Amino acid sequence: MAGEKTVETTGLLGWIDKRFPLTTLFKEHMSEYYAPKNFNFWYFFGSLALLVLVIQIVTGIFLVMNYKPDGNLAFGSVEFIMREVPWGWLIRYMHSTGASMFFVVVYLHMLRGLFYGSYRKPRELVWIFGMAIFLCLMGEAFMGYLLPWGQMSYWGAQVIVNLFSAIPFIGPELSLWIRGDYVVSDATLNRFFAFHVIAIPLILIGLVVAHIIALHEVGSNNPDGVEIKAGPKDANGHPVDGIPFHPYYSVHDIMGVAGFLIVFAAIVFFGPEMGGYFLEYNNFIPADSLKTPPHIAPVWYFTPFYSMLRAITADFTWVLAACSILGAIALFIKGNLKGAWRIIVPVILILVAIFMRTLDAKFWGVVAMGGSVVILFFLPWLDHSPVRSIRYRPTWHKFLYAIFIVVFLILGFLGTQPPNPTFNLMSQIGTLIYFGFFLLMPVWSRLGTFKPVPDRITFHAH
Amino acid sequence: MSQDNSPIDGAASVDPNQPPDPSRRTWVATACALGGVAGVATAVPFVGSFAPSEKARAAGAPVEVDISSIPPGQMITVEWRGKPVWIVHRTKAQLEGIKHDDALVADPNSDRPGFTPSFAKNEYRSRKPEYLVVVGICTHLGCSPTPHLAAVDGPGLPSPWEGGFLCPCHGSIFDLAGRVYKNKPAPDNLEVPPYAFSSDGTRITIGVDEVNKA
Repeated sequence: MAGEKTVETTGLLGWIDKRFPLTTLFKEHMSEYYAPKNFNFWYFFGSLALLVLVIQIVTGIFLVMNYKPDGNLAFGSVEFIMREVPWGWLIRYMHSTGASMFFVVVYLHMLRGLFYGSYRKPRELVWIFGMAIFLCLMGEAFMGYLLPWGQMSYWGAQVIVNLFSAIPFIGPELSLWIRGDYVVSDATLNRFFAFHVIAIPLILIGLVVAHIIALHEVGSNNPDGVEIKAGPKDANGHPVDGIPFHPYYSVHDIMGVAGFLIVFAAIVFFGPEMGGYFLEYNNFIPADSLKTPPHIAPVWYFTPFYSMLRAITADFTWVLAACSILGAIALFIKGNLKGAWRIIVPVILILVAIFMRTLDAKFWGVVAMGGSVVILFFLPWLDHSPVRSIRYRPTWHKFLYAIFIVVFLILGFLGTQPPNPTFNLMSQIGTLIYFGFFLLMPVWSRLGTFKPVPDRITFHAH
Repeated sequence: MSQDNSPIDGAASVDPNQPPDPSRRTWVATACALGGVAGVATAVPFVGSFAPSEKARAAGAPVEVDISSIPPGQMITVEWRGKPVWIVHRTKAQLEGIKHDDALVADPNSDRPGFTPSFAKNEYRSRKPEYLVVVGICTHLGCSPTPHLAAVDGPGLPSPWEGGFLCPCHGSIFDLAGRVYKNKPAPDNLEVPPYAFSSDGTRITIGVDEVNKA
């Protein structure tokens, strides 16, 4: 046959390689993908996220075999899985624990990126694909939570869908369109089921592939934030500070997987409800469209954002409007915006300040909640620090990161609690700190005395 | 195969020395534009399928309720269009309390449009002062507030509080006329649905009033 490829492999692998670039792909992404040799603990969470995705897909497929997406049958079918289907309880607890552990792993993965500046040029797209994965994950978790059709499922969905009704003009029609009924109902359950089991997982897998391809195109960052490709190279042109992903990191990650599975199994077998944080007690009551449970809160992984939603009250919009005007003045006087932007951006900020007081606080609550996630997309352009890694930043930067983490956790805690004036004030302060951390980053990230960055990564063999 | 022996060889068919043919650009642009229109048109049925079905639209039939058995100071909940509707039999003391709330609530006269039909634009937001009829869905994000018909004390509550409705989700508080207190997340008073009393005053039909006929 003319035009046949010449390949090095023989036998079955050779037959395949002539028709499909199997060996080439394996080399490109595994055995000849050179990753920095100084990865630490924080680098387990990427592969762990992939593992949890697989757990969720496999357990999800088996759950669908017994689940009924029907307003009258859904709650009963989940109880049927728990009590009657052989091993059904285990499969469901793996899925429900997997959902929470997915967020644990992804939050730590994102924090790693924040610490070591892994979103900085040229890795902006790696970060953006990752953020898109995070958004999909939030949608996936939210829609999946409706499916057991318990009280928390029902009223959680009611609240979140009603968020859209806060959008001026089109809001009420939009939330009606999303629900497909005047209240959350069978129609809503069915469409969320379709999104949860097929539409979003398809997008999610596509984004994961894009995330990894983008990463392997630019190469992994590392705890020193030093580019290994810029360092010395060996005879084959590979960076000497890099080691092939396979076998070095594939084996290394197996250790991470083992540790993770110990924790995962301990939760599945000994505390699948995690004291009401992974599976909320009120969700063991069937959905009742006439009665909201006395205390409703989203699952823990949404609570930091939920706190910010609750924090925006009519009084607090005065504070936000003042911040907006201060920002406009600062940008006009000190900002280094070019040309017309020097006028346009402050004018927009002043308009925002006016709308803060003219539109309902409810709308701004929704904006704060959405904005707290969306702002993360812009991180690569907010961080102006001359060094990537936290290791070589001024010490007080580390305190800022610590404050940010503590505020995020406190917001998370407040979101699980019933509303009260003290907590509301705390979440308002927390909201200001959260947004201040990111919006002022272009300023604070360049300040201070940075430590000298080494030419090559620092690595001490054990 | 015949395609392999095609008289037109793909590579040689375009003479590189010829100037670009502008009509090709036109055809590509036209094809893209028409293809785009067809693509958008195809999205219409899919987007449209998300709207409420005819069945869901038809489910909004009026509901008739006997209110003669509600003792003063008590309430009942009935379902109308899938939503809870509260019917509260207010006592004289509770009606007095509502007058004192005027300074504390965000919209004492229910001036904001959309939530209060004209027949309920009065002090007590009802047709008859003693009966409050409201949709028990918080105007913030759609939770159902918890009724507290007796005076209670508690964190986050106005003091003294003559009773009303407290939304567990985000802490909005409503008085016994369904009016939201100032500086709470909910922007509007509770919705008063269309309703009408029977001629002897013992029954209420929810979903029917001067504007909305049965």
